[in-house]
Amino acid sequence: MSSDSPTFSLGKVRIIRVVEGLGLEIFTPVIRLLAGDDPKEQVKELARSVGVPLLSILAFLILWSNLAASVETRIGSLPGPAEVWTEAKGLVAEHYAERQKAVEFDQRMVVLKEKWEAEGRPWKNRVYSGKPTYFDQIWTSLKTVFAGFLVASLLAVPLGILCGLSRTMNAAFSPLIQIFKPVSPLAWLPIVMILVSALYTPEHPFFEKSFITSALTVSLCSLWPTLANTALGVASVNPDHMNVARVLRLPWQTRVFKIVVPSALPLIFTGLRLSLGVGWMVLIAAEMLAQNPGLGKFVWDMFQNGSSATLAQIMVAVFTIGIIGFMLDRLMVILQRAVSFEGTVSA
Amino acid sequence: MAAALLPTAPESEPARPLLELIGVSKSFCEGPNRTEVLSDLNLSVPEGEFLAIVGFSGSGKTTLINLIAGLERPDTGTIELDGRPITGPGPDRGVVFQNYALLPWLTVLGNVQLAVDAVFKGERARAREERAMSYVRMVGLGEAQWKYPNELSGGMRQRVSVARGLAMDPKILLLDEPLSALDALTRATLQSEIERIWAADRKTVVMITNDVDEAILLADRIIPLRPGPKASLGPSFEVPLSRPRDRSSINDDPEFKKIRNEIVHYLMDVSRQASEATSKRRVIKPTVKPLALRPRSLPTAR
Repeated sequence: MSSDSPTFSLGKVRIIRVVEGLGLEIFTPVIRLLAGDDPKEQVKELARSVGVPLLSILAFLILWSNLAASVETRIGSLPGPAEVWTEAKGLVAEHYAERQKAVEFDQRMVVLKEKWEAEGRPWKNRVYSGKPTYFDQIWTSLKTVFAGFLVASLLAVPLGILCGLSRTMNAAFSPLIQIFKPVSPLAWLPIVMILVSALYTPEHPFFEKSFITSALTVSLCSLWPTLANTALGVASVNPDHMNVARVLRLPWQTRVFKIVVPSALPLIFTGLRLSLGVGWMVLIAAEMLAQNPGLGKFVWDMFQNGSSATLAQIMVAVFTIGIIGFMLDRLMVILQRAVSFEGTVSA
Repeated sequence: MAAALLPTAPESEPARPLLELIGVSKSFCEGPNRTEVLSDLNLSVPEGEFLAIVGFSGSGKTTLINLIAGLERPDTGTIELDGRPITGPGPDRGVVFQNYALLPWLTVLGNVQLAVDAVFKGERARAREERAMSYVRMVGLGEAQWKYPNELSGGMRQRVSVARGLAMDPKILLLDEPLSALDALTRATLQSEIERIWAADRKTVVMITNDVDEAILLADRIIPLRPGPKASLGPSFEVPLSRPRDRSSINDDPEFKKIRNEIVHYLMDVSRQASEATSKRRVIKPTVKPLALRPRSLPTAR
């Protein structure tokens, strides 16, 4: 197929659209290079979108390692990139070691079970109770933030639609929203903790109290961006579209779900993206205080430990939190692009 | 004698007009800023007529369409469709908006289907989809049914808008400057399209336009809307040209030239009167003579 044929260009454009839809637009110049588009332009683009960030990361690492050696603290010198990397590897190794121990424990239990049952003694299943590894903690944090985010979205989106559609409702809720919006998670947490202790008392709790406390604190702090953006999106529906709905005499359900919500969807997703970002930040603080076994607790434990490896481990946590936050944001950008009908992301 | 024994045909009643406006006026804002946009409008549109209303920008044309469509209520007077006063918008008065008002998240078929689903609720899904497709094909977009509005040109978007307006099966179709957002060449193409589609089932149409030629090409009757404020309708101009009207040959038609001249002169007169009326409201200047112009004695020679 020659590179001049229309089928070829259409194929190239389609591949680029998919790649951009997946949030991997830094690879677009690579695809264009392979297709033979203006090489100088593509190389320049690659240099700018990939080369420059890599250089700046490298510069940052060099600067950091130079500064680190010159700062002394109560618990040792500030760790440089090398120490942090070593700690990271250590945490990963610890994770696999724990998993191995769990597997060995289960194997021992199987042998013991056969022996006891052969002797006629009653057998009770025992579960390996090792400490959670770093990856377990990451997973717990992710579960908690998504639980909180889900609760926040289920509250904020319908409320936002209501406030956007009705000026009266907006006026009714506005003062409460303005007062509760600036409250820090650290102020909500004790209240949530006390309430959860008092109200959540089932026989066999499916969720840990600390999990619920952290998730609810995340919800309380992260519902405001979604609420504000949803209300704005709904209130700014094109009046011509509403006129179409009026001429067709659409019932209110059709009006809301087929016209108002699709029209407001880009702004709703902007709000969701901001909410997830806020939620992830709030989560670490909430976990620290609620002792939810996630990254927040990891940082707190390491700090209490006060060992020589503490600072390095906390820095590993900092980078982990940052990188996961970045990936979550990218995920929301992909979702936002998927629902944007103008072909552009609004934030 | 024999003639007196023959039964005489009953005198047929004059057909009731489909749309009637009686003494309609509309103003905006209350108190000192109150502007009467439309004043004492009287209009009568028989069934099957293609009426064009030509007017100046800002004279209240869109307000007029909104009143007929029921999107706004008149301050005085009544608007009756088929003898019944209208109380609000409805699919019996289909509207084709100036800015198309297509829903960008629905495809071409989806946009037309929205109208069909709203009006023909009782029909089966298959029948409704067939109906929507027939209108999409009618406006020449049978190949583009899966495209989204942002993938269409202006002319194609307007066609979808027209298809949606027709798909509601309205009693009267209201076109609010449907072609003014397009370039001249696309406009010409779409004018022929509109005539072709209209000729198929001769719906009653009220079209607002600012182009006199377009009005003469498409309409049976043209009524100018005088410039505001307090705009009212001018006299009717009948367009007796036979259909179909060919754009290239019509330019040489003396009848066409005559009607065109009449309307353009009327519009120019009316516009001149309106600007004279506003210029009469001049500021009264005080009678003061500038110093330089006062009579002075000439300097005497020494």
